[in-house]
Amino acid sequence: MHARADAPDTAPEASVLWPDDIFATLQRFDVRQVPYVPDAGHSKLIQRVLASSTMRGIPLTTEEEGVALLAGAWAGGQRGVLLMQSSGVGNCINMLSLIPILRFPFLTLVTMRGEWGEFNPWQVPMGSTTQGVFELSGVKVLRASNPAEVPAVLEAAAAQAYNALTPTAVLLSQRLIGAKVFTK
Amino acid sequence: MSKANLLDRRQVVSTLLAERKDVIAIGGLGASTNDMCAAGDHARNFYLWGGMGGAAMIGLGLALAQPKLPVLVITGDGEMLMGMGSLATIGLQKPANLSIVVLDNEAYGETGGQTSHTFAAADLVGIARACGIEDSRAVTTMAEVEAFAKAVHDVSAGPRFANVKIDSASVERILPTRDGTYIVNRLRGDLGFRPI
Repeated sequence: MHARADAPDTAPEASVLWPDDIFATLQRFDVRQVPYVPDAGHSKLIQRVLASSTMRGIPLTTEEEGVALLAGAWAGGQRGVLLMQSSGVGNCINMLSLIPILRFPFLTLVTMRGEWGEFNPWQVPMGSTTQGVFELSGVKVLRASNPAEVPAVLEAAAAQAYNALTPTAVLLSQRLIGAKVFTK
Repeated sequence: MSKANLLDRRQVVSTLLAERKDVIAIGGLGASTNDMCAAGDHARNFYLWGGMGGAAMIGLGLALAQPKLPVLVITGDGEMLMGMGSLATIGLQKPANLSIVVLDNEAYGETGGQTSHTFAAADLVGIARACGIEDSRAVTTMAEVEAFAKAVHDVSAGPRFANVKIDSASVERILPTRDGTYIVNRLRGDLGFRPI
């Protein structure tokens, strides 16, 4: 159905290593609850989470469920991270108000659509406002655009989210993930 | 739908929490959170004044983090309808220590009493059961409320769900603290977690 634009169609997903870097960072920060709405760009990380004995992957029906879940997790003594794609950020807006009110560590990793070689125009409006929505909602935004910078960006994001209670979103650029290719 | 024998919301909530022991209770936005306060303030009360639709998910996060403690979400029909997808999420995770009670007056009581979807059509018990929460009960008597209050303490047999038909009489406003950071840190402190 689709393939990575930046890799041959035959390349196994195992050759993409940056999701392993993300997983290792989350593990080191003792992240336990990983709510997600699936995205192709997150598929390898989701597989790692679901195979993990210390993390619990929690599929959501809509992204704002994950914001509320992380508030409950923190009240119960656990850290979490929310995985979603840029279209899901808009679904979260009102629930993001819980973050300053309850003051819990909030980290979300967002795979970007609607930028860098996008094929589907329907992804563009929300992809274009993702960063603005976060910033208006009090969430700091960091971005990773190539595999080499993923470890440092994740480290900084996790550190400020969990150590300094600074709500943080990491945008995983479509340039990093590869634009989704639609084939007949 | 019969309007006879509707239960009193304050009596329902005080019965649910009367023998609470180590229960963590989450009150959904609206009158439910006030009912929880009216039953007696407690370090393990998590009062919501916003985040409509999020009560059940906060309950899930807590239940997964503290699997040995009973976690009880008490919310209204409007709040539950907004977070209906979370019943599917909970039905998939099946946290054995999570219980959800909906105080169903079939109306948005805080905003002028407009009828909600449960008034004529939506069946939250059917929805919860169809989402995989097998122990889903339609509660119409105080004896059933008492039985559910006992079941909440069994942290090996959930998740469970109860929809309690209540009357829509207005009750005295008893307002809990609305300082969210205080509420969370008080709860965390009671569970033994130190401030960061």
